[in-house]
Amino acid sequence: MTESRIVKAASLYEQIVALEYRYARILDEDRLEVWPELFVVDGVYKVVPRENVNLEVQLPIMFCDSRNMMMDRVRSLREANIYNLHYPRHLITNVELLGNDDGTLEVAACFVVYQTDMEGQTRCYSVGQYLDRIVTEQGGLKFQEKVAICDTFNIPNLLAIPL
Amino acid sequence: MTNDATPVQWLKADATRIPFEVHTRQDIYDQEQEIIFRGATWNYLALEAEIPNRHDFKTSFLGDTPVVVSRAHDGSLHAFVNRCAHRGATVQRQPSGNAKEHRCVYHQWCYDSAGGLTGVPYRRGIQGVGGYPADFDMREHGLRTLKVASHKGVIFGTLHSAPPPLEDYLDVPLVDAIDRLFLRPIKVLGHMRQRIRGNWKLYAENTRDPYHAALLHMFHATFGTYRSNQKSVGYIDRTGAHATGAKYGDEFGQASSASDAVGQDKVLNYSLADPSLMRGRPDFNDGVTVSITSIFPSLVVQQIMNTLATRHIRPKAPDEFELYWTYFGYADDDDEMLRARIKQANLVGPAGLISMEDGEAIELIQRAIQHGDDSALLEFGGRGLLKERGNGEGAIRGFWMHYARMMGFVAPDGIATG
Repeated sequence: MTESRIVKAASLYEQIVALEYRYARILDEDRLEVWPELFVVDGVYKVVPRENVNLEVQLPIMFCDSRNMMMDRVRSLREANIYNLHYPRHLITNVELLGNDDGTLEVAACFVVYQTDMEGQTRCYSVGQYLDRIVTEQGGLKFQEKVAICDTFNIPNLLAIPL
Repeated sequence: MTNDATPVQWLKADATRIPFEVHTRQDIYDQEQEIIFRGATWNYLALEAEIPNRHDFKTSFLGDTPVVVSRAHDGSLHAFVNRCAHRGATVQRQPSGNAKEHRCVYHQWCYDSAGGLTGVPYRRGIQGVGGYPADFDMREHGLRTLKVASHKGVIFGTLHSAPPPLEDYLDVPLVDAIDRLFLRPIKVLGHMRQRIRGNWKLYAENTRDPYHAALLHMFHATFGTYRSNQKSVGYIDRTGAHATGAKYGDEFGQASSASDAVGQDKVLNYSLADPSLMRGRPDFNDGVTVSITSIFPSLVVQQIMNTLATRHIRPKAPDEFELYWTYFGYADDDDEMLRARIKQANLVGPAGLISMEDGEAIELIQRAIQHGDDSALLEFGGRGLLKERGNGEGAIRGFWMHYARMMGFVAPDGIATG
């Protein structure tokens, strides 16, 4: 492998990591309206409890199969839903490029989400793994699909802000 | 502050006041486990569709007692406490599976799929040393078994020695409600769980409370996705312990500009950018779009549009319970219907667009009542004798009157009557 190709591969990995970090920061900064923009128009986002992963139907507890549906979820959170007041903190690590299928990047990563309540108390809210399919759109990377598999499938109270 | 040594001060025979201490005291919680969950009640355990084959099993709970629900070699249903008869270790550690025998890892005591003891290592000892006495009878040392009854594939269990027939316990309105949803063979699609830091009875109240529906859950009003035509019905059983309610509504997917959220100052009427969420087709021909059935003490059965689920209330502590959802469709669902059910799962469960609020409301109560001696007020829909469930708090009072009778709580103004 030539030096330039190694640099190119490293750069792609850095772009993937940057996308994941941006995803986390957008959610943690409560910029929920920007969240759908990290996906392609027909992008898929779902949260699957780990106990459902091996079932015939991987029954999700949150499931959007379009950017519009994600926007509806955000608008519902803003206007309709009542949920626990908190600051979320998404930590994303162990980012690994598993494959590159004709430009669709298969990426796995681990996540830990903490929640800090209005009295400043923090608890570990959710631990799990992302299985992502990432594509290039207009020169940048976007999620074609993001599946958050919750090890913490016994959801503490409720799930409002996406994992 | 509560004092665990003092008896509960039950305030009103018609249950229009509920002392908060019933949600916070460990001694009350312990009594409930004994009197209610391990007492004269039928408790939901699982669905037959989860253990279709012989030797299939699934772990569940009777109150906070861990149990295994199992189908034996001959197809019969069994349930037994998941606690080794020898030294008390958890026997079956897998949440579900298929096993001819259940073996305790500690000393290898072995039980069959009906809970009977089938093997004890070194029963005769080793070279004459150790072993069990000659009169040791394996038949006397099986796992503690529950009586089990299934109605239309919904499995209930009880530790009571002489329970009434299940259908008598449920009574007609509840049997009808179960029959309606379990008319056809079902297919379990998956589970959802949430751990709520609140007392289990706050959830029992919540599912008997049509008052809060359009006031707390604002999704439909905000997006105009569903308009009730205001017709609703409600029934309670003869004891008042159970309740079932149904709402009739529009055809699915027919977004309406009107809202049924009477009294709301915030009716925004957005429309969904992606209306596929609400796409589906009626499962029933009766026009019912929402049906919530609450069976004392710990089961809720729901139909909300095309979402079908049992919700099992599993108490863990005075201030904590698990809500365990078993989400299902019908065995003959086509792909379109299956997709609709999976997409509509967005509406319910811990992340449900019309259900996430319930967990928060309950935690808000538990947090505020943890240290106090006040009481809740239940007068919406009137005091005194219970009328039909309707839109008031009658079904909640029915629950509490039955609860007080079982717990032996007597108010100064008389013995509670339903």
